[in-house]
Amino acid sequence: MKLTVWTYEAPPHVGAMRVATAMEGVHYVLHAPQGDTYADLLFTMIERRDQRPPVTYTTFQARDLGADTAEIFKEAAREAYERFDPDLMLVGASCTAELIQDDPGGLAKALNLPVPVVPLELPSYQRKENWGAAETFLQLVRALARPRAEPRAEGAQPSCNILGPTALGFRHRDDLEEIRRLMARIGVRVNAVAPLTARAHDIARLGEADFNVVMYPEIAGPVARHLERACRQPFTKTVPIGVNATRAFVEEVGALAGLDVADVLAEGAGRLPWWSRSVDSNYLTGKRVFVFGDATHAIAAARVASEELGFEVVGLGTYSRELAREVRAAAEGLGLEALITDDHLEVEDAITALAPELVLGTQMERHIAKRLGVACAVISAPVHVQDFPARYSPQMGFEGANVLFDTFVHPLVMGLEEHLLSMFREDFEFNDGAVPSHLASEHAAPRREAAPAPAEPTSGPEPAPAADGGVAVLERPAADADLRWTAEAEKELLKIPFFVRGKARRNTERFARERGVAPITVETIYDAKAHFSR
Amino acid sequence: MNRHVVVDETRRPAPAGCADVPSVPPTVAPGTGPAVRTERGQREVFCGLTGIIWMHRKIQDAFFLIVGSRTCAHLMQSAAGVMIFAEPRFATAIIDDRDLAGIADANDELDTCVERLLSRRPDIKMLFLVGSCPSEVIKLDLSRAAQRLSARFLPDVRVLSYSGSGIETTFTQGEDTCLASLVPTLPQAAPEAQQLLVVGALADVVEDQFARIFAALGIPARFLPMRRANELPPVGEGTRMLLAQPFLAETARALEARGATHLGAPFPLGVEGTTAWLQAAADAFGVDPAALERVTAPMAARARAALERQRERLSGKRIFFFPDSQLELPIARFLHRELGMELVEVGTPFLHRQHLAAELALLPDGVAIVEGQHVDRQLDRCRAAAPDITVCGLGLANPLEAEGLATKWSIELLFTPIHGYDQAADLSGLFARPLVRREKLKV
Repeated sequence: MKLTVWTYEAPPHVGAMRVATAMEGVHYVLHAPQGDTYADLLFTMIERRDQRPPVTYTTFQARDLGADTAEIFKEAAREAYERFDPDLMLVGASCTAELIQDDPGGLAKALNLPVPVVPLELPSYQRKENWGAAETFLQLVRALARPRAEPRAEGAQPSCNILGPTALGFRHRDDLEEIRRLMARIGVRVNAVAPLTARAHDIARLGEADFNVVMYPEIAGPVARHLERACRQPFTKTVPIGVNATRAFVEEVGALAGLDVADVLAEGAGRLPWWSRSVDSNYLTGKRVFVFGDATHAIAAARVASEELGFEVVGLGTYSRELAREVRAAAEGLGLEALITDDHLEVEDAITALAPELVLGTQMERHIAKRLGVACAVISAPVHVQDFPARYSPQMGFEGANVLFDTFVHPLVMGLEEHLLSMFREDFEFNDGAVPSHLASEHAAPRREAAPAPAEPTSGPEPAPAADGGVAVLERPAADADLRWTAEAEKELLKIPFFVRGKARRNTERFARERGVAPITVETIYDAKAHFSR
Repeated sequence: MNRHVVVDETRRPAPAGCADVPSVPPTVAPGTGPAVRTERGQREVFCGLTGIIWMHRKIQDAFFLIVGSRTCAHLMQSAAGVMIFAEPRFATAIIDDRDLAGIADANDELDTCVERLLSRRPDIKMLFLVGSCPSEVIKLDLSRAAQRLSARFLPDVRVLSYSGSGIETTFTQGEDTCLASLVPTLPQAAPEAQQLLVVGALADVVEDQFARIFAALGIPARFLPMRRANELPPVGEGTRMLLAQPFLAETARALEARGATHLGAPFPLGVEGTTAWLQAAADAFGVDPAALERVTAPMAARARAALERQRERLSGKRIFFFPDSQLELPIARFLHRELGMELVEVGTPFLHRQHLAAELALLPDGVAIVEGQHVDRQLDRCRAAAPDITVCGLGLANPLEAEGLATKWSIELLFTPIHGYDQAADLSGLFARPLVRREKLKV
């Protein structure tokens, strides 16, 4: 048993729902107790879909337990077929039905329905949402896709499949549009897109393309590897998030399609390169960034942050255990050790210890950052409703890079504001308690806890406020009690702008610890400052 | 025909879980009251775990530990939204393969989880172990676990258990099973102690209003649930209980077993319901009718005036209820009688005929009341009826809006103060707002 408040991923049958809901003409019959229908509202509320997900739940109750539940399943499957008239059915069990062992696949087979029925085995007590989506997609492809009979005709336009976008995917809708535009620009025909918008017959003709574009390895990786074996289709390894990754992706696609992409690359790469080079962005240099999310988005965001915005990535992690190796490699490239965990408390501890100036993460990290008073932008699922925006906002491609620039920079204190803060710390508008001026409307409450009144400086640890909406400060003293700060030193520390105060406190304490200085005085602060500014 | 048919009461399977209310023959003869029928099939409802979302805010030093799967944890975070980060007092002990395979002793694992939790949260005084579908199916005995852990952690922490599983409970029934688990811990009241016990979680502001009214009437009233774990109200032979919510079958039964007497009344929704509800208490405690009138008349008048404005918007409008919380009947009664709405169909997950007898008597003849659900057939009926407003859950609301039907999402009826005089207009406002919005939007 594992004590859990927040889970980054849903159970695997929700992954299957993401595939079923993405497609058309598919119906999923899920053996599940009353109550599991809650998952519908992820699609109707968070993604604001205008139709119910194509899922029939058996919703058995306690009084049905026993031999009855198998019969309930068969009736639900038969009724669903009659009512929804699908081209293809998926059948499976949620976590509770897995325990009662009714075998949805066998039961559905006994019904002899005149459409393909794909049974799903999704081990709920071992695996999670993304695995469930990947496995569902894989089983669909294994059941339906066949290699093409003849090779591509001489002179015919090269073609690809686009694999991976699903329902409830972070920016999948607009990423797909961006990839379609790129393919059109390069001159590659799109044979089929799956799972999003696909019908059963689209899955069946996946084998007809020359190669596959893998948008999200978490979901499409297993399918791409299967198609590579079964249909001899190579697939793209680069996920085109960020300018450099997009350029590499264009080259990779060019190589797979046998097309010259020089003119595509010569066209430019959107606004990010110039925005980032303009002097206004100078102050972004070396900003400490912590990155956490699914593997694909975390790796991409870390690359954009370090190569394209000039940040310093101080932490990189993922909850995607399936792609832990890739994240470890990316972290190593940045001189870091990757954090692989699905425990949000570990992530919170890491963020607190690293004291970044910006957190790039999921909805979860957004809340952690809010509590700690750190700027944050969302780069990965799980996300709330506001990250299924009405406006066009891809992450992929050159337009995606423009979006990323705005997204990463927006939560930071603006450059001039940052300077004014260090010059006029007693200013009534620019101070610790005030939120960045351009964000004032988003945060009604002050962003960070009020600093202790200068007249009564504290030397003990500040209690982290526990009240709802309370804000703890990153720079709260380390737990070791021997690092005592004098009242004057604490007061002096408050004069340092809050966005570098955590760093100053950490450096000072490290300096004091290494030299056995106790207590920490005003002089220690400036000694440490001089030491670390070498 | 298959099993998803309308079944009559006599063919209904014997109750298996605590979710089932006792099968009682229909009390209303055809033509003389609402037509109640039962439907079975796919249900689009929450499980009882969702009750934790409001119960953990109500009992301020209680913690709710679900013993379940990742699905349960995911449900809670999806339903609780952003609240999950305000140091919520609920969590899930997620059962994994090792527990199922018997590699780990599930009871030891649970004890470890509880230890870890209590060491992190020393402010917790009451811990509920909440059963889920997986824990029920593998027959993990949480009541014994609760006894074992109570013995270890008392007097600091009392550990209780109840089921919020979907196989046994629907949405608000989670509050019922939670409160029922509290009943054995309530202190014994002296037999001669005459006291009113108001049962059912109410918004603090509403509870305070009712407390003031009972004080003005000279009725000694206590509330269950209490706001803090150590404020358990006593119960005994002199206890009269007034249900504030319609979904408290188990709790009422447990309180009756301890000597409490149930006061039959409509529920305190709307002016009429609130007055009748207070009247039931006043009668039981021998309050002078003139005193009741003196105390309530100004509030009732104020509420009626506020309702008058909404009546214009809602009168004559046709409303359709999908089943969700068991609040459907009392709310339908209020909307029909005080705002002039026409009831197309009133769905309810369960119908406790005794507790709702007063409500049924106030509903118009022939109104279609459907207990249980076959969601696709109910959707067919709803589309055919094309009501002016449809009350339904979040899984159905946007799809129905996209089909052109105005909806009121039902979970708000639980998360908004709606009981009592001063909330009557707010309650009707919940139904008026979607209609007003549709009129306003020019896109």
